[in-house]
Amino acid sequence: MSQTLNTLKRGERAIIIDVSSEEIPLKLLEMGCLPGNSVELVQVAPFADPMYLNINGSHLAIRKETAIHIIIEKEII
Amino acid sequence: MSKQINIALIGNPNTGKTSVFNALTGLNQKVGNYPGITVEKKEGICKLPRGVKAHIIDLPGTYSLNASSLDENVVIELLLNKNDKDFPDVAVVVSDVENLKRNLLLFTQIKDLEIPAILVINMADRMKYKGISLDIDFLEQELKTKIAVVSTRKKEGIDNLKHLISNYKDISTAPCLNASEIDKDYFDKLRKAFPNQLLYKLWLVITQDVNFGKTDRNEIEAIASFKTKSKSDLKRLQQKETIKRYQFINNTLKKGQTIDVSQAKDLRTKFDRILTHKVWGYLIFFLILLTIFQAIYDWSTVPMDFIDGVFANLSDWVKNTLPAGAFTNLLAEGIISGLGGIVIFIPQIAFLFLFIAILEESGYMSRVVFLMDRIMRRFGLSGKSIVPLISGTACAIPAIMATRNIESWKERLITILVTPFTTCSARLPVYLIIIALVIPEGRFLGLSYQALTLMLLYLLGFGTAVVSAYILNKILKIKSKTFFVVEMPNYKLPLFKNVALTVLEKTKSFVFGAGKIILAISIILWFLASYGPGEQFNNAENIVKTEFASQNLDQEELNQKIASHKLEHSFIGIAGHAIEPVIRPLGYDWKIGIAIVSSFAAREVFVGTLATIYSVGNDDEDTIKNRMAGEVNPILGGPLFNFASGISLLLFYAFAMQCMSTLAIVKKETNSWKWPILQLVIMTAIAYITALIAFQFLK
Repeated sequence: MSQTLNTLKRGERAIIIDVSSEEIPLKLLEMGCLPGNSVELVQVAPFADPMYLNINGSHLAIRKETAIHIIIEKEII
Repeated sequence: MSKQINIALIGNPNTGKTSVFNALTGLNQKVGNYPGITVEKKEGICKLPRGVKAHIIDLPGTYSLNASSLDENVVIELLLNKNDKDFPDVAVVVSDVENLKRNLLLFTQIKDLEIPAILVINMADRMKYKGISLDIDFLEQELKTKIAVVSTRKKEGIDNLKHLISNYKDISTAPCLNASEIDKDYFDKLRKAFPNQLLYKLWLVITQDVNFGKTDRNEIEAIASFKTKSKSDLKRLQQKETIKRYQFINNTLKKGQTIDVSQAKDLRTKFDRILTHKVWGYLIFFLILLTIFQAIYDWSTVPMDFIDGVFANLSDWVKNTLPAGAFTNLLAEGIISGLGGIVIFIPQIAFLFLFIAILEESGYMSRVVFLMDRIMRRFGLSGKSIVPLISGTACAIPAIMATRNIESWKERLITILVTPFTTCSARLPVYLIIIALVIPEGRFLGLSYQALTLMLLYLLGFGTAVVSAYILNKILKIKSKTFFVVEMPNYKLPLFKNVALTVLEKTKSFVFGAGKIILAISIILWFLASYGPGEQFNNAENIVKTEFASQNLDQEELNQKIASHKLEHSFIGIAGHAIEPVIRPLGYDWKIGIAIVSSFAAREVFVGTLATIYSVGNDDEDTIKNRMAGEVNPILGGPLFNFASGISLLLFYAFAMQCMSTLAIVKKETNSWKWPILQLVIMTAIAYITALIAFQFLK
């Protein structure tokens, strides 16, 4: 079942299914946030915002407001 | 005639590009600005085998050739402009072995420009810890390049890199993939319209919004008119292009790179668990700040006392050795005293730059950005504003330039407007001397009162910045889309060479930049203080002698009276008295008034000015501090620098906008006079009012 990235819990992994190109800056795509790539939530700041992610081997932090535009499918452990 | 090779050093941020630059050039480097803009331009000379010299430009770090900031524009402007004198013969693309996938995106773009490109895989010493092995021959073949595996930390691979650079003519200029496949029709049309141009160059010109060199402009404008697609279509194509490039990179690395996860030692996770923790993370950040301020205060005392003594002796020696006369006085009383006022602060400023460099180099700064984003957003700032606010403690000018990577214009503007409230190193001299005069020695919980006062002043500056940001956020009606992406680099032990060069460079530019202004102002002040109009000045000796004839003063006391009478009726004295009514309610006399007025050029002039004013006509060899401590308030009696006037001065300097260079930079970065003028007026008003209230309550 697909969900948005902001529902990911710490330590969970998922695969990126789709990114809404209108809302997501090109820079984030260039850093590896593309359909098919894996994503893991490394750490969250208080109130789960921003989110510290490992996307395709790149470590970066984005805000929750950006994460809701990224569709993921969680890995079943 | 020259056999010089032009090299452009390009790479993502956090790949150790600057370490490679330092390893290639050593001390043969200089930092300047690109013409017309405030982007820092780092250049250096590197000696290659067979006596060939290479000129290297360290370009600003960028993730791709799709520029989204002024700094990144510099990169593509240079790479697209063949006529630029710095246009590279060879591009050296620096990548980090742990982030090859992401780093190669930029590399494939540069290859599409058909510039010979060498790939540096840096941080090779990390391969063992991460279980990474590379098939270099395969990668060289797929990426159509030569690869230098380098470890700047272990000083390995640099000679090989130099060798590759000197043989750059052997490197293929063919692209590694065909990006035009993303929309064949469109690119075919484009090729037909401009048969003589490089396809990828055309594509960049169409999708980017950059200024190009004069020479290329006409043809480029002709191309820019070939916009047959809407903005959102173009963006979709750029996305397709990025996916295409990643496909190629993923396939290449699947064969060329193996990662044995069982071998990987993950220090990052362990550190991050504590340093970005909801409670410990903040606590550690606070402790680090506390340590920095205690260190700046305690560690610098010895060298500072030493420098103070040296300058006092030097001034004395000049007076005693050179023949008496106007020039000797100018040298001893004007120039040496004025310069002493700035040189004395080198230890503290160097320490401050040292700590900031370590925080940046170690990767810790990104964690602070992550921790603070949510909080800062409440005040209309971004987590990224923390970098300008912290580096603002060194100097507001680089801090304001560091706001460029804040994606939202509103958050960026607010950061620019409030950054000058943070305690910059130019305020430090003023704070230190006043704290030393009015805050008692003694300790509280192991921390000295004086260090605590300094810490409070830093917190005050930071607090004011944040509160003003909150107000500005409510007032300013700017709509802008907010994006926030920050890379969380791996933790690294800072390289000594990088830190040392940064500290050296920054301290040097601070001292010479400020030194020039201070020297000029010291000379002007000395003239104004040594000459005066009218009877009162020129006939001072007789006037004083008559006045005190009944008091039987000895010669020394008489000379002092004459000197101070002269100073009071000199040009500067007259000017000082003119402004005295305005500043008297703050607890200042006319001498402090002069120092405040002259420090509107730059704050650090304050101490130098007082040093110059107090040493004119004063024959004793003495330190600035002792002279200031001896000043008597002409109206209230008692020491001029007491608790009330001291606090009042501290508050005035904490809030006032007294830095012309900062105003100039704000004008440049916001492209309007409106914002710097607003800063000047509002900050000075806050300064005056708080200083007034403080003095009136405490006196």
